[in-house]
Amino acid sequence: MPHHDLILTPNLATPDDSYAALLAAHEGLSKEQSDALNARLILILANQIGDPEILKQALVCARTGVEDV
Amino acid sequence: MTKNFEAPLYPYERHADQDAIRPRRHKVLVVGAGPVGLAAAIDLAQSGIPVVVLDDNDKVSSGSRAICFAKRTLEIADRLGVGHLMATKGVEWNLGKVFFRDRKVYDFNLLPEDGHQFPAFVNLQQYYVESDLVNRVRSLQAAGAPIEIRGRNRVTGVAQHRDHVTLTIDTPDGAYSLETEWLVACDGAGSPIRSQLGLDFVGRVFEDNFLIADVTMEADFPTERWFWFDPPFNQGQSALLHKQPDGVWRIDLQLGWDIDKAEEKKPENVIPRLRAMLGEEVPFALEWVSIYTFQCRRMARFRHDRVIFAGDSAHQVSPFGARGANSGFQDTDNLIWKLKLVLDGIADDSLLDSYDTERIAAAEENILNSSRSTDFITPKSEISRVFRNAVLDLSEHHAFARPMVNSGRLSLPSVYDGSALNSPDHLPTGPARTRPGAPCPDAPLGDGFLLQRLGGGFTLLAINCDAPAHLEEAGVTISGLPLVTADDPSGAFAARYLGAATAATYLIRPDQHVAARWHRFDEAGTRAALRRAIGKE
Repeated sequence: MPHHDLILTPNLATPDDSYAALLAAHEGLSKEQSDALNARLILILANQIGDPEILKQALVCARTGVEDV
Repeated sequence: MTKNFEAPLYPYERHADQDAIRPRRHKVLVVGAGPVGLAAAIDLAQSGIPVVVLDDNDKVSSGSRAICFAKRTLEIADRLGVGHLMATKGVEWNLGKVFFRDRKVYDFNLLPEDGHQFPAFVNLQQYYVESDLVNRVRSLQAAGAPIEIRGRNRVTGVAQHRDHVTLTIDTPDGAYSLETEWLVACDGAGSPIRSQLGLDFVGRVFEDNFLIADVTMEADFPTERWFWFDPPFNQGQSALLHKQPDGVWRIDLQLGWDIDKAEEKKPENVIPRLRAMLGEEVPFALEWVSIYTFQCRRMARFRHDRVIFAGDSAHQVSPFGARGANSGFQDTDNLIWKLKLVLDGIADDSLLDSYDTERIAAAEENILNSSRSTDFITPKSEISRVFRNAVLDLSEHHAFARPMVNSGRLSLPSVYDGSALNSPDHLPTGPARTRPGAPCPDAPLGDGFLLQRLGGGFTLLAINCDAPAHLEEAGVTISGLPLVTADDPSGAFAARYLGAATAATYLIRPDQHVAARWHRFDEAGTRAALRRAIGKE
């Protein structure tokens, strides 16, 4: 059964490692290069998710409160 | 532009209407002798309805303008007698290449489906299309059809009345007036008729300028569509190269917003840009240059009582996707059979409201696709440029990103899902592409093709089953067309119209859209579906 809900509970086995991997991927990049990397990463992950409904929920979740940042 | 198109094709001639004491009353006037207006007039004349086309000019359009004509347009044009002329003269293409900065990121093939009379697309200068249509008008006239074109007849005033419309028309001999029962306004994006009636035309303005140039050259560029994002010869912008007949190439260069248009159009500024694009060693001659900006917008309604708008006067899109002229042909294809039924007293004039519903839905679809292409081609914010470039970079190495590259989503005919003229689908296991509301896809049949066999009226297609040769209902004759799938050894006809079913009947509208379908001949159902399709149910 495919998931039709965004997972908002812990789902990564080693969260510290994954977070460190995100930061490491940006090391030594300019702001412009980092922006490009982020955009590519989002596109790759969106394709991996493959479910437009989950993507929509993720976009709503990410957008919530962002204007107060 | 090719020299033989510089002469007036329909020069001004004084008409007896201009000397009439009281304004003469016509059945249908078409304003605008562009592709859409001419197509509308030919369709009417072929149905025996008298029609006059008024145009402020007297010759075909200058410059190539609309160049990309889709299969559906060729099919419509075939019914109007010019489909083969267009297909033969046009340049057929299937391959496209996408470049990003200094490299090719990928290529694509339109992979047209087999078993169609016409190709997916041909490139052909608009002046050829108009010239073919004007020649068709001449041959209809020679055969006694009630059609005429009045050149240099500029409409300066229009007023609606209960049962007619009055027009004031300016000519080289001064002004005169005409009355008409129906007015079809095909007078382009800047429609004077729309302005004179004070009607809205709202939408989104894209703050960008495009230089569009026709050049002739003997070059080795293949017959492909080449699209560049951010190329070295036009940094930060886009470019398009597309082949037309007669060794003419269409080049589009994005210029940005803050430019001096008059300055950019000068050959001394255009030629260095083109040389940088084509290569220093390639000799070329500049035929035509224009600078355009575009908007994606439509009228709130296309029908205003007895004035009906079709083509660019009703809706406007960006050129990416070739959705301008192609959708205009679909407008008139949708409108004219309805107008004929109303003029013949068979249908109530409310049938024309279905033109509004069906073609507004189509315009929305075209505007959506066109706006998305434009947002990809000309990113309007820093973040949209970041995503756009990420898609292009990824597309070079990974297939998943290629469907997101958007240099134009090419025009396909709209399906009129949800139209009040459709009947419920009684062949639910049949192919989705031929569901009620869909345009009939072509298919091979014996030595020819299916669409050639559909007449100009309502047809009852009976596939692997019997149906009567004629059925009269509500003043309309439905012509039965019995066919067997064995007539197409390729299996395409069966795949497109039967799917898992073994037999089917289809009620097909005069514009070749499916009104209803069943798994057998259903006389009561066919009669009810016909009444529904002409707005009587």
